[in-house]
Amino acid sequence: MNVLYGMLQPDEGEILVGDTPIKIKGPSDAIAAGIGMVHQHFMLVPVFTVAENIMLGAERVKGGFLDRREARREVIDVSQRYGLSVDPDAMVEDLPVGIQQRVEIVKALIREVDLLILDEPTAVLTPQETEDLLRVMRSLRDSGKSLVFITHKLKEVKAIADRITVIRRGRTVGTASPDTSEEELAALMVGRSVILAVDKQPRERGAPVLDVSGLAVDDDRGHRVVDGVDLTVHGGEVLGIAGVQGNGQTELVEAIMGLRPTLAGTVTLDGRDLRGRSTKDILATGVGYVPEDRSADGLVKEFTIGENLVLDLYDRPPFGSRWAMDLDAISKSAKERIAQFDVRTSSEHAPSSSLSGGNQQKVIVAREMSRPLKLFVASQPTRGVDVGSIEFIHGRIMHERDIGTAVLLVSSELDEVMALADRIAVMYRGRIIAVVPPDTPREDIGLLMAGVVGAEGRP
Amino acid sequence: MTAVSFDELVVAEPLWNRERRIGVGLAVAGVAAAVGFGALATGEPARFTLTEDPAGGSVSIDGMFGAVLFGLLAAGAGAVLIVRAARRWFAWLLGAGIVCVLLSFLCWQISSAPAGLNFMPLVDVLRGTFLAALPLIFGALAGVLCERSGVVNVAIEGQLLTGAFAGALVGSITASAWVGLVGGIAGGVLISAMLAWFSIRYLVDQVVLGIVLNFFAVGLTGFIYAQLMRPNAERYNKTPGFPVWELPLLSKIPVLGPAVFTGTLFLFLGLILVVVINVALFRTRWGLRTRSVGEHPAAADTVGIKVLRTRYVNVLLAGAVAGIGGAYFTLDLVSQFSQDMVGGKGFIALAALIFGRWNPIGALFAALFFGFADKLATYLSSISSPIPSDFLAMLPYVATILAVAGLVGRVRAPAADGKPYVKG
Amino acid sequence: MNDSPPNPATTTEAPTTAPPADKEGEPRSLGRLFLHNLWTANTVTVTFLAVVLAMVIGGILIVVASEDLHPLYGYFFSRPTDALTASWDKVSEAYLNLFRGSILDVAAIEGWINGTGRWHLAFFPIAETLNYATPLVFTGLCVALAFRGGLFNIGAQGQAVMGMVLAGLAGFALPLPPGLHLLVALLAGAVGGLVWGFIPGFLKARTGAHEVITTIMLNYVAALFLNWLLLQNGVKDPARLDPISKVVHSSAQLPRLLGSDLRVTLGIVLAVLAAWGAAWMLKRSTFGFELRAVGANPDAARTAGMSVGRTTVVVMALAGALAGLGGSTIVLGAQANALTGPAAGTIGFDGIMVALLGRAKPWGVVGAALLFGALRAGGNRMQSYSGIPLELVTVLQALIVLFVAAPALVKAIFRLRAARAARLETSVTKGW
Repeated sequence: MNVLYGMLQPDEGEILVGDTPIKIKGPSDAIAAGIGMVHQHFMLVPVFTVAENIMLGAERVKGGFLDRREARREVIDVSQRYGLSVDPDAMVEDLPVGIQQRVEIVKALIREVDLLILDEPTAVLTPQETEDLLRVMRSLRDSGKSLVFITHKLKEVKAIADRITVIRRGRTVGTASPDTSEEELAALMVGRSVILAVDKQPRERGAPVLDVSGLAVDDDRGHRVVDGVDLTVHGGEVLGIAGVQGNGQTELVEAIMGLRPTLAGTVTLDGRDLRGRSTKDILATGVGYVPEDRSADGLVKEFTIGENLVLDLYDRPPFGSRWAMDLDAISKSAKERIAQFDVRTSSEHAPSSSLSGGNQQKVIVAREMSRPLKLFVASQPTRGVDVGSIEFIHGRIMHERDIGTAVLLVSSELDEVMALADRIAVMYRGRIIAVVPPDTPREDIGLLMAGVVGAEGRP
Repeated sequence: MTAVSFDELVVAEPLWNRERRIGVGLAVAGVAAAVGFGALATGEPARFTLTEDPAGGSVSIDGMFGAVLFGLLAAGAGAVLIVRAARRWFAWLLGAGIVCVLLSFLCWQISSAPAGLNFMPLVDVLRGTFLAALPLIFGALAGVLCERSGVVNVAIEGQLLTGAFAGALVGSITASAWVGLVGGIAGGVLISAMLAWFSIRYLVDQVVLGIVLNFFAVGLTGFIYAQLMRPNAERYNKTPGFPVWELPLLSKIPVLGPAVFTGTLFLFLGLILVVVINVALFRTRWGLRTRSVGEHPAAADTVGIKVLRTRYVNVLLAGAVAGIGGAYFTLDLVSQFSQDMVGGKGFIALAALIFGRWNPIGALFAALFFGFADKLATYLSSISSPIPSDFLAMLPYVATILAVAGLVGRVRAPAADGKPYVKG
Repeated sequence: MNDSPPNPATTTEAPTTAPPADKEGEPRSLGRLFLHNLWTANTVTVTFLAVVLAMVIGGILIVVASEDLHPLYGYFFSRPTDALTASWDKVSEAYLNLFRGSILDVAAIEGWINGTGRWHLAFFPIAETLNYATPLVFTGLCVALAFRGGLFNIGAQGQAVMGMVLAGLAGFALPLPPGLHLLVALLAGAVGGLVWGFIPGFLKARTGAHEVITTIMLNYVAALFLNWLLLQNGVKDPARLDPISKVVHSSAQLPRLLGSDLRVTLGIVLAVLAAWGAAWMLKRSTFGFELRAVGANPDAARTAGMSVGRTTVVVMALAGALAGLGGSTIVLGAQANALTGPAAGTIGFDGIMVALLGRAKPWGVVGAALLFGALRAGGNRMQSYSGIPLELVTVLQALIVLFVAAPALVKAIFRLRAARAARLETSVTKGW
């Protein structure tokens, strides 16, 4: 897709538009050829308004100055025509993700494209917003536009596509129609049958380990994003927090780990108050933490694998004392962990930037599980990770649960939560609005994730 | 099925937030000023003259009374901040408080001055402030142009220095101030071209590069100065100046007129550039594109804007503006080049840039603030202030530290500032 | 949601191709292998070629700024050899003196061998190089450690000045027995620098004030403070009219290593010890680990429980102490025996360039400091004997650092092959 839009140059092959081969050297060429793109990671300038973002690159100019009035008029015009209402004067960084995506779409439409590429558009949407998007896509199709919809979510593909093309490892491996079964599609995608099932033995849960009550936390901009959360995680159980990203899960976990101040409420571990304690203390009392963004918060890319494996243990025996580190012990332990956690690397001295995403994540999991744990907190543990590593990490999480550790799992992948959790708490707009068993129908949980609570609204 | 509504959770605000702490600081400073400066001040009047004539119209206040009064006013402003009675006026109250502490201090200083010198010539101080701020204004504008497109510019000092040097050299050789100005511009562009080339093409870290370029500028100008200018000053280091212009009606305005509307080309050029760059940045297509490149270059790229070329152009423009600022030193302020004549103003300009939040108007006010600190030091020294002149000379530097550390809070640079752009 | 693409500034270079075997299929000799790998973009080659390139540009500058050569270029096209040979003579003479002043003076060695000169003259250049290198190792380590911790410490100059001031004060104001006096003076110097480094570190940790600005401002404050101090009773030398302090007692001075005629002191030994200590600290100590983690990725460091603020403050204090020691070696060493305004020269700023050239590694810093010391020592001779101003050395130094910081440029100019897994740039590309 980046080649189609001129962001990268092809090494071979050709692109034909209406049977005429064309060369696309940059996004302007693509736009001139009638191709528009809605990117997975939004290409919007956060501090500009909606209108400024939309007109960027195709600005209306009057007398040498920007014609903002004309730009606003055009935005309102296009958004009404396609049923995508956006406020032209809103600052993009203040808008929720679903609306930002609409801005992206209007940005493409306003340039009168015939072909619109949508790259993983539903990754950050609630089921409800996804429905809205599919509706918009149908209406665009009906008004004569062509759409290329890139996704890995099979249900969506079957719901909207007229034709399906499956690409694996850079090659087209097959075409299908929307009637094709999900299993067949999945098989085409990965080349073998994939069953995302985890061996979960039923287990008696133990005593409460983590107790959170009435927690309130603000985000960096001062907005209240955790608004009175109560939850309890018992030893030997996995509590999964389901919800679309951006409903406060990130901040909730950071507050528990001492990385963000709590404004109200209590957090206790085995009865001892965690609030106000340093992250170092919290980790030392037997908490393991796998952060959401492994490259930003989980690993130091420039450090070796061995060094990353002791990132929170370097000043404790056996790896070190208060002043100096025992490099031999670190190296020896690293070798063991690498073998134990199946990290694919040539040596523990390789920089962790040389590892694939899945192996990097395994290093973090290995690190956090190399000490006795009371509580294991994992935030989006298998995001961007290959299937083999996903299976491995899920196995390790189950293992922790089986030996009695309390596990708090936060994930926006509903399948993962349903497979691993003993109880599922749905988080919406900063509150836990329901706690349900894992055999609850998927659609019900989806509605909860969108904030809709049924008449029987279970607590 | 209904959507659930949630009540707001009531939570106590922290007791000591930033406003309160600054309020306390201000109140303490105000009381200290009232007590300290009041005690030190004499009963002599402190005069602030309004025209260029020392015996002409003036405002006068008794030294001790003034010191105490203004100190208490500052403390009052601090108290208002503490009880948070007027939250929206935070910036104004803080500014007013600082001004009052300053006035209290001045009442002491002026009233203790030796006889015949116990006045502050407001016109001269205002003019001096603007002139001292001029190189800072040009430097900060250069910084705005550069950094708004995403390239950190620590080399402002080097650009000013090379601009000054080239202005002097070319101006001397051609015996023309205007050609000298062009030379100055070329000097600034030389350094910024190196900044652009090494950082955009070779991805050298921009802060490191800026520092190294400063050394390079010092060495280069010093070397050629020693080889050519010092032995042969007549030919290579004697620059013509620019005439002083008085704007027709405007220069007759009391106090402001002689200060702001009377000056050489550089003063007017500087003020005009502030307005021009501000308008260009926020109201033209070039400005929108530049800012997009500085905030989110990938987004700009996807709509067809040439990111790297935009950065090159902006960095070169920045060099040109800094070159003008440098030429001010050797074609206006004095008429020859000497080593280290920029004396850190490039870095104060950088602070003005940050203090002014990467905004031309903000940078102007920040530059005036630092320029005032500079001028104040000179003035106090001229009235034989008991404070040692070396400590007075520290004033602008200490003010800069206080500004970036205390008063500014966390500021936000253009989001992609300092990050080289690589496609894909 | 994949990982972001690797930052090209830290990307490893593509692996090199193996040297082609001889026709008979046998691998080449060690000598050929060495030469093959020599002409790749590894750090040694790049540094060497950067020096060469800098000297070429320096040579051009010498020619351009020599008034006596201008008339020769006036008729360049009719008789180019005049201008060219004169230029070559001038430049090569200048650079020969650069060499003679810093490393070896063949004439002096001959003199020593055939008895007409003393051995001191033969060792004079090396001694001068070591003398100038001594404070640069300290300030280079100062900036390098801060760099590794993610901080741009431009304040090495101010920290060195404050260290020099306190060391000098201890040197002439405290009556102590020899040995102890020196120790106390050095300690005082370290404390002076430590305080001056602590301030910006604290401000950064508490308020986020960017250290580039605060440290530069403190440089100026330190210089002005020194000016003021030199006029105060108790500090200024009553016997003199110019602003100079009292003389440091000999009991506080660093002993000279090669006799009193040569200017190399114990300082160089201390400098090397400091480098060794810094290397140990970075590699093996817990604080060194924290320093490196915070410098490379403060978010990950914080998530793992490290205190970024505390590390920042300690790093800056430590760096300041090192710079302070550097300043101490000036006033307690062979370069001066009393405080003056310009006594500290530009060792702080040179330290920045030394740190960059040494790629922020302790032993790299030692090597770079020796190079810069040599340039300075040689530059002195170049100025006295060839009349080339010392500022040329600053230009050379800046150019060398510039080229070393942009190895891709050197590689392109000299058509070097890509080196084996070379990590060439010290990248801290994060802007403000």
